[in-house]
Amino acid sequence: PAFATADPDAKLVVNGEIEMVTETEAPEHLEGLRTIRSGWTFRTEETQALQMDDFDNPAMIFVDQARDVWNTVEGDAGESCASCHGEPESLRGLRAELPKWNEEKGEVYTAEMYINDCRTERMGAEPWGWDSQPMKNMTALISSVSRGMTVDVAIDGPVREAWERGKEIYYTRYGQLELACANCHEDNYDNYIRADHLSQGHINGFPTYRLKQANLVSKHNRFRGCIRDTRGVPYAIGSEDFVALELYVASRGNGLSVEGPAVRN
Amino acid sequence: MKRTGTMLAGALIAMSAAAQAETVVDPQEVVFGEYGEVTEPLTSTPGDPARGEEIMVTKSAGNCISCHMVSALDYAPFHGEVGPPLDGVADRWGEAELRGILVDAKKTYQGTIMPSYYKTTGYVRPGVAFTSKPAEEPLPPLLSAQDIEDVVAFLSTLHWED
Ligand code: HEC
Ligand code: HEC
Ligand code: HEC
Repeated sequence: PAFATADPDAKLVVNGEIEMVTETEAPEHLEGLRTIRSGWTFRTEETQALQMDDFDNPAMIFVDQARDVWNTVEGDAGESCASCHGEPESLRGLRAELPKWNEEKGEVYTAEMYINDCRTERMGAEPWGWDSQPMKNMTALISSVSRGMTVDVAIDGPVREAWERGKEIYYTRYGQLELACANCHEDNYDNYIRADHLSQGHINGFPTYRLKQANLVSKHNRFRGCIRDTRGVPYAIGSEDFVALELYVASRGNGLSVEGPAVRN
Repeated sequence: MKRTGTMLAGALIAMSAAAQAETVVDPQEVVFGEYGEVTEPLTSTPGDPARGEEIMVTKSAGNCISCHMVSALDYAPFHGEVGPPLDGVADRWGEAELRGILVDAKKTYQGTIMPSYYKTTGYVRPGVAFTSKPAEEPLPPLLSAQDIEDVVAFLSTLHWED
């Protein structure tokens, strides 16, 4: 179809300084792909440009909002995130490894889970909803301080069982249309399905700012939408199944750069 | 076993002496040939190519162009490229093969990504259309028996021009 597809050799450099790896060799555990490509490489030049400068990236408004919240005391303990963590930049590197094993809790943890533990157990504050605005904003802030770092999610050791479960979900054909993640994002990436240019479905850009929704979108929200579009019943946002899927999908992007918050159409 | 429905075209019935009974093959009763073809029409009403064309371009119906390019349907926006172009498909396949591909393409192409349009059971976490609400099997098929006959009739017009 006659769509403006971006230059395949375009380079993603943010603010003229953060150089991103948008295409690289697939990690060894990923048999279905040789090369992995960031979702950015599938977008139009106009959408790509929005991600190249923080003044143009509409997601940065939400990151700024999260910086204010970071410094705001909330809850019975009279603490803010800043009281314990200092600057958000102290969490640099974390996003590249998430989700990861939480030894103390004995389960795979996402950014949302760490944040809510701090809110409820350390601040005496109410937890944020997984898909709520303050949660999406805070995960965008935490991602933004790791931009340019290489995604390197562990798949062995205690997380292995969850990783296997995530992989099983990835290759299961859901719903009345009987489509698996892999049918669209592995077998057909770079093809158009109606007006949509299919990417490889990586999550290194999350939370992403979707122009269509004029807001940040969480990973689990995207997963839910993709399963709904198979005429299927998605797992719940924040469920163990979606955490496992998040781990598996994140690991498919090992080697790409952390881009979140990225911009998508 | 065949299900019998009454044709709504009352005028037609009035005109003929014997009441015309419309026969419809139940999704569970479709007979496939060795290569996935379905020889027997799903209904006794001949397919209407104009209606079939409409079904193929309609998002809430067949939505076939989301995966297939069809030059004859150029007027409808956004043809996908997940499936092969259907230009000249009538030169490649007869009616029975086309019907088989529509009813359950997996019988013709093992493991294909193309949905099964006249299959009602055997799904993983099926929902009620795009609502995310769980659905009980047997599900209503994606297309009705007559829809399929109409689409087959339209596909049968897609010859290469000489
Ligand atoms: C009272 C102290 C305290 C407050 C307040 C606090 N945290 Fe924490 N946070 C911790 C401690 C302690 C850990 C655990 C560190 C570890 O296990 O390595 C932690 C861990 C985390 C982690 C995981 C870090 C990692 O490397 O695994 C994140 C993300 C996080 N906090 C975010 C926040 C956010 C966002 C807020 C505010 C909404 C917040 N925290 C408020 C003390 C606090
Ligand atoms: C029917 C096809 C289809 C299926 C099946 C599907 N997706 Fe998608 N997905 C899309 C489309 C279309 C988009 C938007 C364009 C793009 O980024 O690929 C998308 C986008 C995404 C994105 C955003 C990528 C980015 O860079 O912003 C992720 C992540 C994703 N899908 C993951 C999944 C997962 C995980 C599954 C299985 C649970 C899945 N998808 C199943 C069609 C599908
Ligand atoms: C999700 C994608 C998808 C949708 C939707 C879809 N198809 Fe297909 N179709 C395919 C693929 C892929 C093939 C090729 C078979 C294979 O090798 O897997 C195919 C094959 C075919 C063929 C055989 C083509 C040939 O040249 O041999 C016909 C005919 C066909 N489809 C008709 C339709 C019709 C009619 C509809 C809608 C009612 C439809 N398809 C919907 C993906 C799709």
